[in-house]
Amino acid sequence: MAEARQEARPRPLSPHVQVWRWHITMAASISNRVAGVALYAGWLIFAGWALALSAGADAYMAYTRLLTSPLGLLVLVGVTAALFFHIGAGIRHLAWDSGRGFAKATASATAWITYAFALVATALVWGLVLGLHAG
Amino acid sequence: MSGFRTGLGRARGLGASKHGVGHFIAERGTGAALLLLSFWLIPFALAAARGGYVAAREMLGSPVNSALAILTLVVGLYHAMMGVRVIVEDYIERRSTKAILLLLNALIGWGAAAMGTVALLKLTFGSGS
Repeated sequence: MAEARQEARPRPLSPHVQVWRWHITMAASISNRVAGVALYAGWLIFAGWALALSAGADAYMAYTRLLTSPLGLLVLVGVTAALFFHIGAGIRHLAWDSGRGFAKATASATAWITYAFALVATALVWGLVLGLHAG
Repeated sequence: MSGFRTGLGRARGLGASKHGVGHFIAERGTGAALLLLSFWLIPFALAAARGGYVAAREMLGSPVNSALAILTLVVGLYHAMMGVRVIVEDYIERRSTKAILLLLNALIGWGAAAMGTVALLKLTFGSGS
């Protein structure tokens, strides 16, 4: 019913994405949503991994071969980065929920820190993975 | 018929309708829980990547690892489902599309949680293959 009325008289639209200059807090907010969706895929990969593991050695080999293919590795690195970004952004959100960190300079700084943390932690984890396999 | 309804009557049940607080708290609660569980998940994933099939099966044979894996998977998927629900509600206006996407979200999320849990339980309880 509400839809029918909207078609008759379009509702005024708020300023949309393209009228905003990009700034770091906005980018962090969008990244956090994208990371969250990527982690949904990450949980499905985890569930699939558990299924493959319980199905036996052959299934597990096939599944890990898929995950260690170039595309699979790209996805895994992406999920790792998404995980660390989402953790950082999540801590930022919990701080906001307690009423802290809303000052413009603070919010921008914590956004940059979240990106830096995601980058460094992802590099560290994959450095460890590659190191373990090389060593 | 809708023309006879008051504005309040039309709006009722469309918004958060006093259920928003539960969702808000559940998002934060599961988020904080996952923050703690990630201290188990990340070392576990690294160990599984290093040890391969035999090590992964051995690790998940222990009740502590098994329980933590199930907890992480289910809480993680629940948190993800809540997040995707918000995204769908934010960006999808068409009611039928929204309903289908929300159903798919629940189906995939709970489906993966159930299948993953059964697989993880099988690894703990099952002998042999």
